[in-house]
Amino acid sequence: MSLTVSESLAEALKHVQGYIYPNDLNLWWGALVVLYPYITGLVAGAFILASLVRVFHVKALEPTYRFSLLTALAFLLVAPLPLLFHLGHPERCYEVLMTPHLSSPMAVFGFVYAWYLMAVLLLELWFDYRKNFVEWAESDPNILRRFLYRVMTLGVTDVSERSLQIDNRLGQTITVVGIPSAFLLHGYVGFIFGSIKANPWWGTVLMPIIFIFSAMVSGIALMGLLYQTVSKLRKAPISMDCVDAITQCLFFAMILDSALEALDWIHRLYEAEESIDVLVLLAAGKLFYSFLLIQVLAGTLAPLVLLAVTIIFSNRLSNGLRRVLNLVSCLLVLVGVFAMRWNVVIGGQLFSKSLRGFTTYKLGLIGNEGLLMALALMILPFIILGVLVFIFRPWGRKT
Amino acid sequence: MKTRRDVLKIGGIASVSVCVSWVLRPLATEAEKVANPPRSASTGTYNPTEHQWRMVIDSEKCIGCGLCAKACKQENKVPPEPYYFRTWVERYVIKTSGKATQELRGETVVDSPNGGIDGFAPSSIPAEQVLRSFFVPKLCNECDNSPCTKCCPVGAAFESPDGVVLVDKNYCIGCGFCVQSCPYGCRFLNPITRSAEKCTLCYHRITKGLWPACVEVCPTGARIFGDLKSKTPDNPVRRFVKEKKVQVLKPYLGTNPKVFYAGLDKEVR
Amino acid sequence: MKIPPQISRLLLLTVVIVLLFMSAKTILVPVSFGQYGWYRGQALKENSSSGIAFAGHEACEECHSDIVKRKAGARHKGLNCEACHEANAAHAEDPNVSPGKITNPQFCLRCHVKDFAKPEKFPQVDAHEHAGKDACGTCHDPHRPSESPAK
Repeated sequence: MSLTVSESLAEALKHVQGYIYPNDLNLWWGALVVLYPYITGLVAGAFILASLVRVFHVKALEPTYRFSLLTALAFLLVAPLPLLFHLGHPERCYEVLMTPHLSSPMAVFGFVYAWYLMAVLLLELWFDYRKNFVEWAESDPNILRRFLYRVMTLGVTDVSERSLQIDNRLGQTITVVGIPSAFLLHGYVGFIFGSIKANPWWGTVLMPIIFIFSAMVSGIALMGLLYQTVSKLRKAPISMDCVDAITQCLFFAMILDSALEALDWIHRLYEAEESIDVLVLLAAGKLFYSFLLIQVLAGTLAPLVLLAVTIIFSNRLSNGLRRVLNLVSCLLVLVGVFAMRWNVVIGGQLFSKSLRGFTTYKLGLIGNEGLLMALALMILPFIILGVLVFIFRPWGRKT
Repeated sequence: MKTRRDVLKIGGIASVSVCVSWVLRPLATEAEKVANPPRSASTGTYNPTEHQWRMVIDSEKCIGCGLCAKACKQENKVPPEPYYFRTWVERYVIKTSGKATQELRGETVVDSPNGGIDGFAPSSIPAEQVLRSFFVPKLCNECDNSPCTKCCPVGAAFESPDGVVLVDKNYCIGCGFCVQSCPYGCRFLNPITRSAEKCTLCYHRITKGLWPACVEVCPTGARIFGDLKSKTPDNPVRRFVKEKKVQVLKPYLGTNPKVFYAGLDKEVR
Repeated sequence: MKIPPQISRLLLLTVVIVLLFMSAKTILVPVSFGQYGWYRGQALKENSSSGIAFAGHEACEECHSDIVKRKAGARHKGLNCEACHEANAAHAEDPNVSPGKITNPQFCLRCHVKDFAKPEKFPQVDAHEHAGKDACGTCHDPHRPSESPAK
């Protein structure tokens, strides 16, 4: 039976260690706020992978291009939901757009999100798919789908050679603009945490950078996982060039990301500021399983080793083995990045601002911030992705 | 033809939206008035720019009776559970160094049972192990460079013209950013109003010429309250800063708290 | 130069969205917003209009001037009435409303129980040694604590 909020707080009070400020018993940001940066991270990472194809002409990743964009869109559509649900007054959410307090990093959410959704993702998809929409508006056998495609052409039916050239150039520009936009979409979340000087676990200059790089890592891992899984479901051949390219991108992104996270820790331990005692107790104690075991060991070191082995010995390993190593690494990375978000958000609230004690957190089953809600919000993007694949047909029409 | 049609389209939509806005705007004013009716006539005569409120704490006078924390909960209808406080009292017990002669002072033990609203039961630490011990009342530090007003995404956290950091609970979206940003732990999200809440220096009392509830019941004068713009010659807060050396909590964070403390120990965070 | 149809259509859409946004702003932003700063000016009035639980010592002194005289010159001179008698704004408004009784016979221990955290000069006693189970009021007039209760 799940406890009410008041009952679980009364229970938490019994497990307090040391001295906490009375208001520090409660964790104000729970599973929903852990989910939000995870989801926007996946969006940013999937988009960066797509932009590697469009802007940097990495031909090997071509099979994932359209699918990456659709994945980014599916996750982006779900992204505001955890934020909306965690608010005390979700019915007042429009205030962020109407009277944004520009000294607050959170105030930019509405505009950055709207910009990224409309001016980057939807526009890039439109330029890439416009020709198809015009075709399918005529040729699709289903009358509802014909109407849908006609709406999506926005009334522009010119598909001459010159027009398609313009589409291509505009799409290229959008992708180039999209890269810093993706950094802004996820970076501002890292900035929110990094700007909270009241909390020594959060308030560091490296926080936005670490968030961005772990976002890229998670997005690449997601695409690696999805590419292999969906290809199997479609019974389509898996391009080994693509899998190997993803392995390499993931490996190098992980090197950068782990270097930054390691730097953060080395710097903290060396500087040994006032908060170092309570933070070491936090990392080695309350966060032993989620930080040391899951995030560092299973989520960072293990995939780094596996990926390095795959790359160094690539000509001695069979295709099948390289695919499995890629898949396992992607899964481990996805779990590890989730653990990182958990450790940042939940971990940062487990110790009191008095720096003298700890509170506890138990993830409930039902309720707004419960496990079921979190699972539902994680499954929803895949459902939306299914719908998007149905509409957009990234791998062409079944004949 | 196409461009003319487009211009007409834009013009049409523009004029319609302007007309609609003009019609609906007075409804918005009325909606604000109905949702939030101004109360008594006396609040109409209060001019916030004529006052500048300050609270200062003489920690050495605090006896840890906890009447302030109890009065605050009553006056401001704060939820009675032990995890929501606008103000509380902490007890610091600094132990002797015992046999370890390299240390001048032993460890520090801090407690605040239910915020101190029922007073403090005698400490379980035996008296011979205690070097020094004292009480420290805690509240919103009314920062001049407050991280909480800076980070509110919608403008529901603000500093009033008379120097009090307040929350607009009818505009707050309950995101909790301000609660996280406060280095002093003085904010919380009220479970009933689902908005942020904190010490308001009993704004509803001071604007009527009364003292904050905690100052009213403090038996020893540890909490001192005054108006910097007051014309009366004996101003308790001015006397305080003249007579005492003062400190603020966590000065290195640059929040510029306006609540000054006298008699703090280095162990007080 | 002719604008390509994609761009003109997108520009039209952008203008529509911006206009919708601006209309929404006109309707949804509260009227008093920005009056003193980045907040609703009305919020100041709302914050000052909550109900009052503690009347304040001046309200008590209006009617109970005999107690004020008794407290004058004694140790509890600066101790305000509602510190012990609790929130009594309702009684101050309407004297027919009962002010409530102090039922705990050793109520004074709230402040005066011995604790090494209290300032040394503050009068504090070990309850058991000082008075056993007797009520404090047996020997101390709460309004003039150095004297016995007035008959």
